[in-house]
Amino acid sequence: MAPALINANPIVYEKKERPARIRQPGDNGFDEYAPELIDQLEIFEHIRDIKDPEHPYSLEDLKVITEDAVEVDDKRSYVRVTFTPTVEHCSMATIIGLCLRVKLMRSLPSRFKVDIRVAPGTHATEDAVNKQLNDKERVAAALENPNLVDMVDECLHPSYE
Amino acid sequence: MTQMEEERLKLTEVQTLEGHTDRVWGLAWNPSTGADGVPAVLASCSGDKTVRIWQQRSPSSTSFDCKAVLEDRHNRTVRSSAWSPSGKQLATASFDATTAIWEQNGEDFECVSTLEGHENEVKSVSWNASGSLLATCSRDKCVWIWEVLPGNEFDCVSVLQGHTQDVKMVQWHPKVDVLFSCSYDNTIKVWAEDGDSDDWSCVQTLGESSSGHSSTVWALSFNETGDKMVTCSDDLTIKVWGVDIERLLSGDGTGSWRHLCTMSGYHDRTIFSVHWSREGIIATGAADDAIRLFSESEDHSVDEPSYRLLLKKEKAHGMDINSVQWSPTANRLLASASDDGTIKIWKLE
Repeated sequence: MAPALINANPIVYEKKERPARIRQPGDNGFDEYAPELIDQLEIFEHIRDIKDPEHPYSLEDLKVITEDAVEVDDKRSYVRVTFTPTVEHCSMATIIGLCLRVKLMRSLPSRFKVDIRVAPGTHATEDAVNKQLNDKERVAAALENPNLVDMVDECLHPSYE
Repeated sequence: MTQMEEERLKLTEVQTLEGHTDRVWGLAWNPSTGADGVPAVLASCSGDKTVRIWQQRSPSSTSFDCKAVLEDRHNRTVRSSAWSPSGKQLATASFDATTAIWEQNGEDFECVSTLEGHENEVKSVSWNASGSLLATCSRDKCVWIWEVLPGNEFDCVSVLQGHTQDVKMVQWHPKVDVLFSCSYDNTIKVWAEDGDSDDWSCVQTLGESSSGHSSTVWALSFNETGDKMVTCSDDLTIKVWGVDIERLLSGDGTGSWRHLCTMSGYHDRTIFSVHWSREGIIATGAADDAIRLFSESEDHSVDEPSYRLLLKKEKAHGMDINSVQWSPTANRLLASASDDGTIKIWKLE
């Protein structure tokens, strides 16, 4: 028997229309060789289609992440993603956080430092979840667990399409 | 070192060692090498499940070659390694929940023993000063003490419970058989043997209420005399602790460590590694890719030493620095290991 769902009836939000990516000219006018800075929307595009571990919806559909939840400072090679679990006791929070971390690890240049955290006040054990998600040794150990990797890969699959 | 000399110090990269195919977690210099005409030997361990042995080309050279790859023994990340005091054996701690003991046989290293018992990932391993005891620690919150017996036998003499979370590192005191462990539970624990019963127990916990750390404590290191200990943490600080060394050596006062000072405001991201050199320089390796060196200020009182930043090497690696280790000899070589898969050898001049 399948285990009971943590959140059996999540609210599914209507997606905002996706604007076509327009290349912003760099500081040097239209110098096509100027490095293109990685911005909020680019980071959001990497993670918006990650599937919820329990539901056939994306993290964007469930408003687990929004564009505003992404902070990026390309010059400092820094990204922070703040996600909002669907319910306060969501035990899937660490899996969702792990998916976000793995996707960004695979998509961004290695110079980037990534912090993943639960939105303040949205999870009963947010300090514990945040600490675990940002302990890279525990993340590394988790990613050597084949069951967990399968779960993460399944959630990430739609985000590569 | 005088202040004048300190101000002219430079940390120069002398070599980048490549070969690992995943992040490099740990480094260990062989204590029996690097002096008296014996080329220095360094072990590195990695997420690629192997350990590499690097040897100095000649005693005066700053070039190292990979002499051996220890593989096919651990089936998960090798998190840390430690040489026995004689330099004859290397212990390797792995996420596969085992610790392996290796011995050099001609050019090759051979696994001569495997220590099992931890429930999950082994994070760290340490030999005591005489080489008669070995300690391991794990995510299972336990610290194990093993007695080293003839014939490559290792007998578990104690399973120490007390930490409430993942134990990150174990380290024996350099002079007496007192063990230190630091943990994800933000504390450092001091373990000593009861005089009569041969039982080991926690004699002191250095936590937030005793001016300790407010997040994961990743590593600790002792100065040469063993009267001071430095710890580093996810709370972005390093802390120095002191003890009355005379009392400690006499077998008393094992649990009387006290906080001496906190260095905050120097690090921007998690500090994974801290190591105290023989000549008193503290090196740190952090998740901001930088190496920093600190030394004790000259103008201080004995009770409250203060430390100052000697230099900061920005972008020492392309990614997080997981380990910094000074060569045990006086050659002023520092090795660093990184998520970028490389090891770098630095010379302080």
